[in-house]
Amino acid sequence: MRWTWIDRFTRFESGKSATAVKNLSLAEDHFADHFPGFPVMPAPLILEGLAQTGGILVGEANKFEKNVVLAKITAKCVRDALAGEQLTYTATLLDLNDTGARVAATAHSGPDLVVEAEIMFAHVTPAQLPPGVPDAKFVFTGELTHLLRAAEAAK
Amino acid sequence: MSSDDIFAKVRTTLVDALSVDDDQVTPTARLKADLGAESIDFLDIVFRLEKQFGVPIPREELFPEAIFQGDASFVANGVVTAKGLEALEKQMPFANLTEFKKNPRLDKVEDLFTVDLICSYLAMKVAAKG
Repeated sequence: MRWTWIDRFTRFESGKSATAVKNLSLAEDHFADHFPGFPVMPAPLILEGLAQTGGILVGEANKFEKNVVLAKITAKCVRDALAGEQLTYTATLLDLNDTGARVAATAHSGPDLVVEAEIMFAHVTPAQLPPGVPDAKFVFTGELTHLLRAAEAAK
Repeated sequence: MSSDDIFAKVRTTLVDALSVDDDQVTPTARLKADLGAESIDFLDIVFRLEKQFGVPIPREELFPEAIFQGDASFVANGVVTAKGLEALEKQMPFANLTEFKKNPRLDKVEDLFTVDLICSYLAMKVAAKG
């Protein structure tokens, strides 16, 4: 399953902020059910996109050497986003230390605020992994590596 | 900074971090049992306090969760031993352990983490900062 909820990074300032865009296409499966005849982007998927934008910002700040895991999210949804819109996700780093990071994030459609959120990430060390997780680095792999290259290009 | 100022800032921090009401944040309120904090919230609280007070707060200093991990002599049959209490006192000189010592059950350790405890810790940090 593909689980990339950002289309492309458009700006990336290491250790400070990142901006990505997400085009909402009616071809995306979730619009068929959410809702029939009224295609609203599910808010959790917007939050996932914001978390991916912020998570990569946090990961890059440590050269992707640490596993960055979403720990807590506080969000306010201002309005619906419909198929056909382009959302701009902006994440700004508020705090970063050994144990984790905090990010302020917004989703805009044009000038309109759609979602604003504060997202906290925890750094998970190999010692904190549950038994049976073999790979010490499990976050910045697979699909995310493509996004990372896009982030590099946007620098 | 007066103790009232410290309390006001701590209250603002907890209201923001835990989405609780102002009047829930009383000096005796326990972070987990009364304010609904989960373990991940402690990390959030530390981040916010550092910003509010402008002092670095090593997470293990304010919330030393690891104190009872790895040394079985600190706890026996669910009760904190004398050695464990000594370690707790050493690690948390800002905590009032008088009540806890009367019945030092391990499952009651989390009740030590009250709004008052955070205020005492910050008073110590702010004084050290000068």
